[in-house]
Amino acid sequence: MAQLDTRQKLEILADAAKYDASCASSGSVKRDSRGGKGIGSTDQGMGICHAYAPDGRCISLLKILLTNSCVFDCHYCINRKSSNVRRARFTTDEVVQLTLAFYRRNYIEGLFLSSGIIRSSNYTMEQIVEVARSLREDHDFRGYIHLKTIPDADPELVHRAGAHADRVSINVELPTRAGLERLAPEKDAGRIEGAMAGMKRDIVDAGDATRRYKSAPRFAPAGQSTQMIVGADAATDRDIVTRAAGLYGKFDLRRVYYSAFSPIPDASAVLPLKRPPLMREHRLYQSDWLMRFYDYTPGEVAAAADDATGMMPLDIDPKLAWALKFRDRFPVDVNRAPREALLRVPGLGTRAVDRILAARRWRRLALADIGRLTASVAKVRPFLIASDWKPVALADKDDLRADLRPLVAPKAKQMELFG
Amino acid sequence: MRIVTLEAEDDFDGWRDAVRGLVLDQVPPDQMVWQVGEDDPGELFAGEMPVVPVDRGAFSVPRGFIDLARSAILHADRQRFALLHTLLDRVLREPGLMEDQADPLVRKIEGMAKAVRRDIHKMRAFVRFREARDDGGTRYIAWFEPEHHIVRANAGFFVDRFATMRWSILTPELSIHWDGKRLTQGPGASKADAPEGDPVEVVWKTYYASIFNPARVKIGAMLKEMPRKYWKNMPETALVPELIAGAQAREQVMVATARAKTGDNVEAAWAALRDEAMHCRRCDLYKHATQTVFGEGPIDADLVFVGEQPGDQEDLAGKPFVGPAGQVFDRALAEAGIDRARVYVSNAVKHFKFELRGKRRIHSKPDAGEITACRWWIEQELALLKPRVTVALGATAARSLFGKTVTISRERGRPHDLPEIGEAWITVHPSFLLRLPDEEARHAEFAKFVHDLKAVANRLDR
Repeated sequence: MAQLDTRQKLEILADAAKYDASCASSGSVKRDSRGGKGIGSTDQGMGICHAYAPDGRCISLLKILLTNSCVFDCHYCINRKSSNVRRARFTTDEVVQLTLAFYRRNYIEGLFLSSGIIRSSNYTMEQIVEVARSLREDHDFRGYIHLKTIPDADPELVHRAGAHADRVSINVELPTRAGLERLAPEKDAGRIEGAMAGMKRDIVDAGDATRRYKSAPRFAPAGQSTQMIVGADAATDRDIVTRAAGLYGKFDLRRVYYSAFSPIPDASAVLPLKRPPLMREHRLYQSDWLMRFYDYTPGEVAAAADDATGMMPLDIDPKLAWALKFRDRFPVDVNRAPREALLRVPGLGTRAVDRILAARRWRRLALADIGRLTASVAKVRPFLIASDWKPVALADKDDLRADLRPLVAPKAKQMELFG
Repeated sequence: MRIVTLEAEDDFDGWRDAVRGLVLDQVPPDQMVWQVGEDDPGELFAGEMPVVPVDRGAFSVPRGFIDLARSAILHADRQRFALLHTLLDRVLREPGLMEDQADPLVRKIEGMAKAVRRDIHKMRAFVRFREARDDGGTRYIAWFEPEHHIVRANAGFFVDRFATMRWSILTPELSIHWDGKRLTQGPGASKADAPEGDPVEVVWKTYYASIFNPARVKIGAMLKEMPRKYWKNMPETALVPELIAGAQAREQVMVATARAKTGDNVEAAWAALRDEAMHCRRCDLYKHATQTVFGEGPIDADLVFVGEQPGDQEDLAGKPFVGPAGQVFDRALAEAGIDRARVYVSNAVKHFKFELRGKRRIHSKPDAGEITACRWWIEQELALLKPRVTVALGATAARSLFGKTVTISRERGRPHDLPEIGEAWITVHPSFLLRLPDEEARHAEFAKFVHDLKAVANRLDR
């Protein structure tokens, strides 16, 4: 094989990395490069998206694989052993230089490095750790680093990864164990969860130590995340929400990413040909949001799904679906209701709710006031009582869903160019 | 009328000093003219004396107001100084106003502050440095056009991040320079003052094109966060039109190659699919049924029959079409000249649904939800087998394949073209023949059933 230059390798190894949805650079500690020898800074809060691709995804990090050669044969993966893709491998120094060159030009927040498994899990993990070590120690790089850990790598290596990285992650890949067995026969749900449990311990321990003495060594201050593929196995939305809730609970995950399975070049015959609608992925993120920011229990979110099929409606969001199913909880009085009740109103976000709570300490709110606090008063109106408003007509109708849809559901618009 | 001249567009301290004096003097906000620098002579009111800020006492304002004013003052709107003065005037008279985000003026100024924060964030995101050489060595230079007066407020971010680099950010209003130790300010610049290119940009564009997934185009989502107004100074955006144009073609090629692939691991794929189906809980029917009854037959079959659901005997045996209806089906196939060993048989619903009457399990029709839930499996089976013809036996199977209620009497006896599935036929379910009470009708319907099967067989002989 002819030698590939860095740019050709980048073409192959970025292409191979794009099925990982995460590109987040958020939630780490505050760092800057003043007084150092290198460059880079991070924020405690939100990350920065330096560009957006036409797939609507944020480009925050240089997201690449060290190599796309792999000894595993996971059917959903473009890099599986039996795939016909071109193979390439970066040297650790090439990744370091590329990261720094991009960072200096303000293209990226940092690096998200993953890899196919070559030789052994430990060998691969060592290479990944070496990139992070060189960036941190040789170049005093203080930007964001996200490392994917390898399922069966030695815990000591994973620990070293966490010492350099802001975030570590390992993908559960599929929502069901049966799905994982079918599509990733060499992977094992138990071992993956074991690795997540190990990382959780390291994260918690390091957090405790940091609280006691400031100079304690850090371990992945931006926590750990995971990803599952939607639509490649038989899991329903209800299954997926339940699994995600279990993962959040067990492993203190910062994020669970959902990636609608999409066709890949040279696909395996085991894989479904038809991809799920991208809207399904969107609805799952909304469900996730309800659990993390709106105090819905996993059971409540699952109740928004259709009883028979276990699937979330695609035409309306899960919060609205829940409200239409439990309409006895509405209307809610904006001048009296507690925070929890206001958070349930479709169309009221957390910020709008906080503003309502602050404003109503000083005066009674009318519908026009709510209109100024939300994007669409037409959407929230059927669920609210304000000083000059009561939604009498709607609450009594039998088929509230049918009546309300045209009122509250967003107008049909083209979400995907090529549905 | 009184005039205040501020030093610069983002002169918050100047505004604060001036407005403090105005409040103490009880000057009404509508009696004020605010201007910046020498550019705006305010000719209408020429001759008025500017207010000289003096320290004649103090009053306190809520913290929230200061924070809001610090951001909003950077807004491009020329009314901002006056609007903030009006708001301050009201804040001092109306306690709690700052917490009333439903107040139109608070809302308006919050909106301005939000626009400023967004502009600050987008500048951090979309500034693109190009490498250049000057007397001091390497210098990274960017040209950027912010919407609001944010450049100085944002300088700290770039110093924190690129402390050991020498860099300059040029904008139409002013430019800022960092030499590794000191931040200095210069006059406004033009795009021509910045370097024309950078050899690394082509590598960056390669990355941008490669990280894009053509199977999921969401242009609206991209434009919402990366509006076109920023594009002209971002090298990678030049690729967007061609990436979008090529996306559909690339995805179609991927799907077509996947479809064209035959043989190799279809057998393994089918076995894996069946194993996964054994654990299916997509609907509640698994709770009472004995087991999943998956499809059966040669993987390379040209003809696939889809029935309704396993019956009592199928549920126990774990095989489709082994009960009484299966026997009628076998007889009809033989009469139509179709080799039973060469067809693949499956069901629209894979678990037995029944009601208990005493000790007997009586077949119960699956509902629309159960059919939809189970459709996933039949779609996967058909995608793997890619038969030339698929036959729906009865209303449930037709509903599953066609995705809607179908009248069998109207649609039977002719081919239908289904997206994803291809050629599909509809006929009755053999159990329908068993239920007919009248012997004569049973004979007639059986003949019609065989007639349909022969028509299907003819399609395969072509």
